[in-house]
Amino acid sequence: MANDPIHQFHIAKWIPIEIGGLDFSFTNSSAFMVATAVSAGAFLYLTTSSRGLVPSRLQSVSEMSYEFIANMLREAAGTSGMKFFPFVFSLFMFVLVANAIGLFPYFFTVTSHIIVTFALAMLVIGTVVVYGLWKHGLHFFKLFVPQGVPVFLIPLVAAIEVISFLSRPVSLSVRLFANMLAGHITLKVFAGFVTSLSAFGAVGWAGAILPLIMTVAITALEFLVAFLQAYVFAILTCMYLNDALHPSH
Amino acid sequence: MEAEAARAIGAGIACLGMGGAGIGVGTIFGNYLAGALRNPSAADGQFGRLIFGFAVTEALGIFSLLVALLLLFT
Repeated sequence: MANDPIHQFHIAKWIPIEIGGLDFSFTNSSAFMVATAVSAGAFLYLTTSSRGLVPSRLQSVSEMSYEFIANMLREAAGTSGMKFFPFVFSLFMFVLVANAIGLFPYFFTVTSHIIVTFALAMLVIGTVVVYGLWKHGLHFFKLFVPQGVPVFLIPLVAAIEVISFLSRPVSLSVRLFANMLAGHITLKVFAGFVTSLSAFGAVGWAGAILPLIMTVAITALEFLVAFLQAYVFAILTCMYLNDALHPSH
Repeated sequence: MEAEAARAIGAGIACLGMGGAGIGVGTIFGNYLAGALRNPSAADGQFGRLIFGFAVTEALGIFSLLVALLLLFT
């Protein structure tokens, strides 16, 4: 049994598949992504299938999450932004459920790998750039020239704006990835303290209560962080989509 | 100096970056509380922005923690 904090991030190939020299194995990461999508989809579908006019408890959970994201998107991107609602809602539910599922013992956290969060962030920025260029053509680049800048400063300001735009996928992905990574490593480090303290006999067992309490507290914190990071990912997505829909500062 | 020792020292220095993040987070919440004490009825409306500002600031501290962890574990 592995007892260092890094083993939890190890990718294990459950069904090795190789196509043309490329690795398409079904890994533990893939399995948990499927579990995330299936559980989020099944929950939303099954709780709302009865379509009660006065919602039941679980139906109101689904309705509240719908309204939460709809209000967030409408506030950030306006009514013309609501066409992106399925995208933002799916993104939010996927990140939230993936973060939360990783907190159960022995389960794998899908979003604790940079490639997964980078793929999600590139999806968002790709949508922003493609939609912005398709809808506005070259006027999309007005995004990089804020209002009221003196003419001689425009090249400098535009260069800075471009760099800050290019840093968006990086910060979006690294924020989620680093939060999940750091949280889970901290959790396993405190859990390791419990076992290494209890090796000292009866006194050790008494002392091991403290890291156990910390582990419980950090798990609670990690549930909060799971929700918070999903919310921040979604709200930044809404803001970037607003930049694609209405490109001017 | 051995590479392992240099990594450990680098990881320790990288953790100093989290001090700045701590100051930032404290500033955000302090200003929110100061505003909330002056105008309690407007406080709940800004809660979403508070949480968003907190998360974006915290991210920078986590970036420096990430550098430290990368140095220690890879």
